[in-house]
Amino acid sequence: MSLAHETLASLRRRLSSKEIHSRDIVKDLLTEIGTREKTVHAFTHIDEKAALAAAEKADSSLPLGGIPIALKDNLNALGDPCTCSSKILEGYKAPYDATAVARLRQAGAIFLGRTNMDEFAMGSSTENSALGITRNPWDSTRIPGGSSGGSAAAVAGRLAIAALGSDTGGSIRQPAALCGCVGLKPTYGRISRYGLVAFASSLDQIGPLTRTVEDSAILLSALAGHDPRDNTTDLRKPETFLSKPTGSVQGLRVGLPKEYFLPGMSPEAEAAVRGAAHWFEKNGATLVEVSLPHTPAAIAVYYILATAEASANLARFDGVRYGRRAVEPKDLLDLYHRSRSEGFGPEVKRRIILGTFVLSQGYADAYYRKAQKVRGLLRQDFESAFTKCDLLLTPTSPEPAFPLGERTQDPLKMYLADVFTISTNLAGNGAISLPCGFTKSNLPIGLQLIGPHFGEEKILQAAHAYEQSHDFWKRMPPV
Amino acid sequence: MSSPAKWEAVIGLEVHVQLHTQTKMFCGCINQYGGAANSQVCPVCLGMPGSLPVPNEEAIRKTILTGLMLGCRIAPVARFDRKNYFYPDMPKNYQISQFEDPLCAGGAVGLDPFLFPKDLQESDEAKAKRSIRLTRIHLEEDVAKSFHYEERSGIDFNRAGTPLMEIVSEADLRTPGEAFAFLGSLRQVLLSGGVSSADMEKGQMRCDVNVSVRPVGQKEFGTKVELKNLNSISGVRRALEYEIGRQIGAVEKGEAIQHETRRWDDDAGATFTMRTKEKAHDYRYFPEPDLLPVRTDQGLRKAAESGLPELPAALQARLMQENGVTAYQASVLAADRVLCGYYEKAAAGTKHKAAVANWILNDFLATQPDPATSPVRPEFFGELAGLVVEGVINSAQAKKVFAELMANPASPKAIVEKLGLAQISDVGALAAFCDEAIAANPRSVEDYRSGKSNAINALKGFVMKKSQGKANPTQVDEILKAKLSA
Ligand SMILES: [Zn+2]
Repeated sequence: MSLAHETLASLRRRLSSKEIHSRDIVKDLLTEIGTREKTVHAFTHIDEKAALAAAEKADSSLPLGGIPIALKDNLNALGDPCTCSSKILEGYKAPYDATAVARLRQAGAIFLGRTNMDEFAMGSSTENSALGITRNPWDSTRIPGGSSGGSAAAVAGRLAIAALGSDTGGSIRQPAALCGCVGLKPTYGRISRYGLVAFASSLDQIGPLTRTVEDSAILLSALAGHDPRDNTTDLRKPETFLSKPTGSVQGLRVGLPKEYFLPGMSPEAEAAVRGAAHWFEKNGATLVEVSLPHTPAAIAVYYILATAEASANLARFDGVRYGRRAVEPKDLLDLYHRSRSEGFGPEVKRRIILGTFVLSQGYADAYYRKAQKVRGLLRQDFESAFTKCDLLLTPTSPEPAFPLGERTQDPLKMYLADVFTISTNLAGNGAISLPCGFTKSNLPIGLQLIGPHFGEEKILQAAHAYEQSHDFWKRMPPV
Repeated sequence: MSSPAKWEAVIGLEVHVQLHTQTKMFCGCINQYGGAANSQVCPVCLGMPGSLPVPNEEAIRKTILTGLMLGCRIAPVARFDRKNYFYPDMPKNYQISQFEDPLCAGGAVGLDPFLFPKDLQESDEAKAKRSIRLTRIHLEEDVAKSFHYEERSGIDFNRAGTPLMEIVSEADLRTPGEAFAFLGSLRQVLLSGGVSSADMEKGQMRCDVNVSVRPVGQKEFGTKVELKNLNSISGVRRALEYEIGRQIGAVEKGEAIQHETRRWDDDAGATFTMRTKEKAHDYRYFPEPDLLPVRTDQGLRKAAESGLPELPAALQARLMQENGVTAYQASVLAADRVLCGYYEKAAAGTKHKAAVANWILNDFLATQPDPATSPVRPEFFGELAGLVVEGVINSAQAKKVFAELMANPASPKAIVEKLGLAQISDVGALAAFCDEAIAANPRSVEDYRSGKSNAINALKGFVMKKSQGKANPTQVDEILKAKLSA
């Protein structure tokens, strides 16, 4: 069997026993990429030679020694492109390593491929990429989700063993759900954001996309921990997650937030998620109905705060120091106008304009400051829910992967794809998405488990127990 | 319609001060002036995608220290905000600054009469010793430096991201002289805390001025004009003198003052319109999400307190009271902590502290401008004063010793010996000289005894000549008088 089909945990064991070599994995992945990447288009950049050279030098005694990992194209890795799937970063080469990248490097990992995404992580389908669309490996006429669509499609499509993504409003979990893999958004502050090109600083988190929960825990262990370069990282000591899997959910109190089971959602998705809840109950967990009453405001709050922060974060792309610069500008203003209007795509422009508006004099009180207040209420919702339960169980997405092009003209409908994931970014909690079933037409359905702040161990234990008593993760996509 | 005396100016200052720190405000780059262009930069201060700021504790501590020195309220929790505007010297196109919750609020700067311009030091405005209220002090990052050539522009990012403190005054100032004294007095406080060198001519302290005029007695402010390009404290005074005159001239002619920013041209001695403020800039401030709020009540304030120096006003009072120096000397000493430290060491070993101040501030500074590196050890001054008091040398000899001390620094005692200057105070030796003088000048003796008391001077002159100037004049006087009246 091709090594491309194995889990990170299994490859790690075989590498450290010298049964296989890192180059074998890279070669098998390149073979898979050679046959299917032209359909899936998960990557924006692949440097085969560099990956093979790194594989030759890999030290298999290290925790991730010789394991190839794909990086979302918004993570700086020294000397590599980092386009954020935007024309404005044309020609930019990262002058430094993101902390997450440096930590993986230190653990012995090698990098194979930079994955496609919605431009600057703004989107839920990867259709906002300036470098081409990515197709869902389960149905090439459908979107892979987004914005980490390339990472999810690569992992699900056996084009990568594991990948890093970033999640600002669901950008790891929603594509993981739609592609049938495992996506973890850790608690805000768990993983350093240094080197992740910022979309919305108070919401962004880096996280792994993997085939299994165990693989997710392995990567989280390597990535987590305080970073002196990121003032918002948590100071607690490094942990090894899921070092002793219990395989049990006995006594767990699982909360079902009533606001997360909406009338309009896909009946197949709802059935699969309720089936998962039933499994927890059958295996000794207690189901508790809880309420997160401010959920209906979450999308509005998100699109105010995320765009406000983005309008400042993206101001630095001005054609002055790096990236795309307008040719023959008349003057400074012309340089700014043309570099930015030629360099950014329509969704990015829409959000910069929205964010600029909500911060403007005369509007900031009604929008930005009010949204901050409601964000506080959302956080309280979660705090009070977690006094009644240990984890929350919800659908990751209201529906399975939708057809390519269906929503590109309807941004508001597109924004609804993140309705179940956005609140956790606003509240800062960690959450995982893992497969919990398939539709009749063989599209994966995702289950979301949300934990209290820094409750990743709880999330991973429960997710692992659920995953190991099902075989959804073993299914192969057809594409 | 009215004479100029009926108008008064209302002036407020915004002062930017570069802080003395090891590293920049939000990254580990060295904070130092003079490196090769773009040699002190990193992804953070260049605003590279993905980089994040980390606050510099030293800069926060020094800002709190400044607040404490100026009597500000220190916020228990302060926050950083983003100030949004596009300009190529600002790499992120937003500046990390403080808006709603600055580190310091309130406080005041006391105007030191001796820091008024020389020609105003005796004026009523200097003697008033006014205190100018501050609105706030906040911390932010400086921008890069732009260079404009014929065809293109260049940017040196070495200064980008260095810590900058902004001190905003209330509109309490009324005259150009007061603005001058405000900047000088503020600078003294900053120097005393080791916060900044605050030299305006080196750009370490930069100042924007808001000025308007109104009839005396009117409560409402007139339309204010902002002045820029002020590169020295005296330049601020000149610019204000011109601008206040211009505004009064305009309103007296019935013209309206434009709300605008004007540029001071020091060569032309005039201000010129830079831009009118029809469209106020909307900076869209919002809390910087990359930085946690700064808690000052968990050690930062304590650390700043431990760095509190003796403030200029307290130091001046102590020097005047305990050492008997003049108010002017106290002000000069308080303005230069190195010199003051030198003086205090020099004065420590002697009761004649005021004399030592005279020596140091007049003769010493004339030849030794840098006390820190001077080979003249401060203890020498006490020693020299002691030699005079004890009568080892007289004041004429002291001048010689002093000149030698400056030329070839060594212990005054050693100099006295080397130059053979020790005063003769031995009564026997002096009596012998006096006897010789009486014997050799019978005419003067006669005159003196007949009531011409001045005649004793000829005898004294004889003694001094014979003793090569070493005779103790007081003793000679006593001995001669005794002998002549015998
Ligand atoms: Zn730097």
